[in-house]
Amino acid sequence: MSDVKVINFMALRKIAAAISIVFVLAAMASLAINKLQFGLDFTGGTLVEVGYDQAPDLVAVRGQLQSSGFDDAIVQNFGSDRDVLVRLGQAFNDKVGEEVLAVLQSGSDASIELRRSEYVGAQVGEELTEQGGLGMLLALAIVMLYVAFRFQLKFSVGAVVALAHDVLIVLGIFSILKLDFDLTVLAAILAVIGYSLNDTIVVSDRIRENFRKLRKGTSEEIINESLSQTLGRTLVTSITTILVLLALFIFGGELIHGFAFALLIGVVVGTYSSIYVASNVLLALGVSQEDLMIQPKEEFVEGEGFEDHQGEGYQPSAKDFEEEK
Amino acid sequence: MLNRYPLWKTLLIVFALALGGLYALPNLYPDDLAVQVSGASSSTPIDDAVLAQASEALVAAGLVSKATELNDKSALLRFTDSDTQLRAKAVIADALGDDYVAALNLAPTTPQWLTNVGAGPMKLGLDLRGGVHFLLEVDMVQAVAQRLDVYVSEIKAMLRTEKLRYRSVTHEDDGSLRIKFADAQVRDQARSELKSSYSEFLMNAEDDDKGSYLNITLNESSVREIEDYAVNQNLTTLRNRVNELGVAEPLVQRQGRNRIVVQLPGIQDTAAAKRVLGATANLEFRLEAKTGASSFSTEKYTFRANPARTAVLEKDIIITGNSVSNAQSNFDENGMPQVNIDLDAQGGKLMNRVTRNAVKRRMAVIFVEHKSRQKVKEVDGELVSIRVPYVEKSIISLATIQTALGNSFRITGLDGAGEASELALLLRAGSLAAPIYFVEERTVGPSLGQQNIDLGVTSVQIGLALVVIFMLAFYSVFGVIANIALAFNLMLVLAVMSLLGATLTLPGIAGIVLTVGMAVDANVLIFSRIKEELRNGLSPQSAIHAGYERAFTTIFDANITTLLVALILYGVGTGSVKGFAVTLSIGIITSMFTAIMVSRAMVNGVYGRRRLDDIKIWPLMGSDRKSADK
Repeated sequence: MSDVKVINFMALRKIAAAISIVFVLAAMASLAINKLQFGLDFTGGTLVEVGYDQAPDLVAVRGQLQSSGFDDAIVQNFGSDRDVLVRLGQAFNDKVGEEVLAVLQSGSDASIELRRSEYVGAQVGEELTEQGGLGMLLALAIVMLYVAFRFQLKFSVGAVVALAHDVLIVLGIFSILKLDFDLTVLAAILAVIGYSLNDTIVVSDRIRENFRKLRKGTSEEIINESLSQTLGRTLVTSITTILVLLALFIFGGELIHGFAFALLIGVVVGTYSSIYVASNVLLALGVSQEDLMIQPKEEFVEGEGFEDHQGEGYQPSAKDFEEEK
Repeated sequence: MLNRYPLWKTLLIVFALALGGLYALPNLYPDDLAVQVSGASSSTPIDDAVLAQASEALVAAGLVSKATELNDKSALLRFTDSDTQLRAKAVIADALGDDYVAALNLAPTTPQWLTNVGAGPMKLGLDLRGGVHFLLEVDMVQAVAQRLDVYVSEIKAMLRTEKLRYRSVTHEDDGSLRIKFADAQVRDQARSELKSSYSEFLMNAEDDDKGSYLNITLNESSVREIEDYAVNQNLTTLRNRVNELGVAEPLVQRQGRNRIVVQLPGIQDTAAAKRVLGATANLEFRLEAKTGASSFSTEKYTFRANPARTAVLEKDIIITGNSVSNAQSNFDENGMPQVNIDLDAQGGKLMNRVTRNAVKRRMAVIFVEHKSRQKVKEVDGELVSIRVPYVEKSIISLATIQTALGNSFRITGLDGAGEASELALLLRAGSLAAPIYFVEERTVGPSLGQQNIDLGVTSVQIGLALVVIFMLAFYSVFGVIANIALAFNLMLVLAVMSLLGATLTLPGIAGIVLTVGMAVDANVLIFSRIKEELRNGLSPQSAIHAGYERAFTTIFDANITTLLVALILYGVGTGSVKGFAVTLSIGIITSMFTAIMVSRAMVNGVYGRRRLDDIKIWPLMGSDRKSADK
């Protein structure tokens, strides 16, 4: 066996499973009770961001808007105390943005600059919600198919459970913290699916390889061995990704905040899930060597082509060499 | 095992990188702030005289342009700061008058030798550049209804020429046509006539004690055709109008079945843009009804200038504003605003045919506007705002036909010079085939755009620096190789995006940052693998070889799945999210090339072709070679 110190990850599998289940249930409960705080992209409505040349009094700004008939205006700072974000409900038409700016300008001595204004029709928002949800399901389905095709059905279930786990927890945290869920956050969640999948595939790939190579040992031992072998890579990649995400989170500005935050949580959770969730599911499904033995009937399956490829440049390792002796 | 690439492979890699560098290069040259001058219509020539006129006006106003140039259809004047640029635009617009359009623009400063090989910088999205984004929805119900109105006139005309007597042809509220006949025999005759001329009609006969009816609906494919036509026609019209607005590099594009995206970079005055884009003003020309004409064939309209005054007009429309080929606004001899109109050949023929037989009768010009009001209605306990469209028609002039009219004439009776010039603009640009509504609008101020660029660049730099330091500390020599591969990867992402003409958005920058973090993954996988093979007792050269070979399938599988997700993101997302998907996809593909091929070439260069006793991959943890431990 190789020199890598084998860590008995799977000894903690029951505890890990319990933690995961608690987290996922908490996330689902929060999603059911608090719901997601959908942003303008999904709900429709009007949003105006203005920049003052000196920090305005938000209470006064609210008063100005209310006295002009914008009763449900939500006024908050955005990024700095000189930037003000005004949100309005959806029962407004597409001219509100200009009106808001006019009201604010008329009631203030400070010079006000329109930084951005957005108006989204309710129907557009609804379609986007539908499309977004559909996109996420489609991503999961295609991933499941691809993994089932390239690896094996049990791996595919493991990968998808891990992805659903990650997505639910990120959504749950957004729901618990009542953070705005806009289009960029949806993009981040799909990127989390991509990242977490990347991790899970690397681990699964090693598990498959070891199942085929190490002819002895229980499934649990083989998974422990595989996880230990890939641990270094898993950590290094997570660390580099987290480093750039921190840069993005801290220096990327307010508009990209939700995006960077969702990815940060996603990468942390995704790293954990590729170690514990996917492997846990594999064990629960009773993965065994027979699942991965290359059977003659698989000859015309694509997976076989992959083996061929590996065979071409395959260099016998020392261990193989010993076995041959 | 000596780990060397054949020469051709090394050359190929060097060539690919050089090409990447070449096409990424233009992005290093910052754009100039510029004012672009173009003709109001495509026939207006832009020549040295125009440019000289603009330059003179600038000199008179005390403004300095950095450089000027003359392109095919436009002239470009470059400035050093945005303040000068804004003032220059106003000065130039004043000096050149209405025949020319002056627009704010960003002009690339790519050197000629790069432009010659087709290289150019990436386009910046609205969120980085400032501007306005509209999403417009075409009213499909109206589009079909308008076509049905035309069918009503056509059917009447046809039945008349075929001498088939009908009682009435009506356009029902449910979107069908209903023809009433006195008896079933004429109805059946008419039915077969209509069937031979209009294959798109679905007809069914109906009888009751009042008469015989023919109900006509349109088949699915012709409804689709009408809708497609409406959207495409609107696209053309909107493009014309955007050109009239004077926007550099606008985007007008169909999205989905019934939506149109309009992006106007640099435009801040959204109110004016919306008025011109959304305007549905059109004209109808009709004869005044003869006294005693049946009320079935006439309609009563009020005058625009004096709502108390009315006139009874024929229902049949001679021509609409769609037949107008050119329109200019000016003033008549009494100083009243008027619009001179030229008709196209078809319109001129129709006009001539009708007016020839109607000398001494009066003809009305009707001003048509499609409007909508927002109504709040309760649906399933929720308040929903719905749009109720309505059409406003009023007479702007009613004049006696002195002689048969031809291709060109003038109309008067407009509210003022402003309205006359806007009507002329709309007639020139073409009318909308169906009303459109604004369903989404996003405006980004220029200061926010610049801020987004700065923030994006800062985070890319810091993220990159962190990863580079981390990789160096962790992998020493191999870290250097991974870092160089990473730098090449960034360069290639920029090159591919510039080549594809992809648009860089803020989420796109985020995608690049994420790529930086994830691109090292492939190298990390390879290095871990090499280390493992060393531990397994392979010689350094064999370990390097085996590490690359074995990590390949893992990298391939992991990246393909991520790529699939990115493609879905592209399909589902709109606007800026698409930008993220594009950079992520490109980043994944280029990172596979740099992490596997480029880093291998470098490793071969450093370690290949010689005997190695030991290599250090993980300096923080001592030697990796098993034999060295013994």
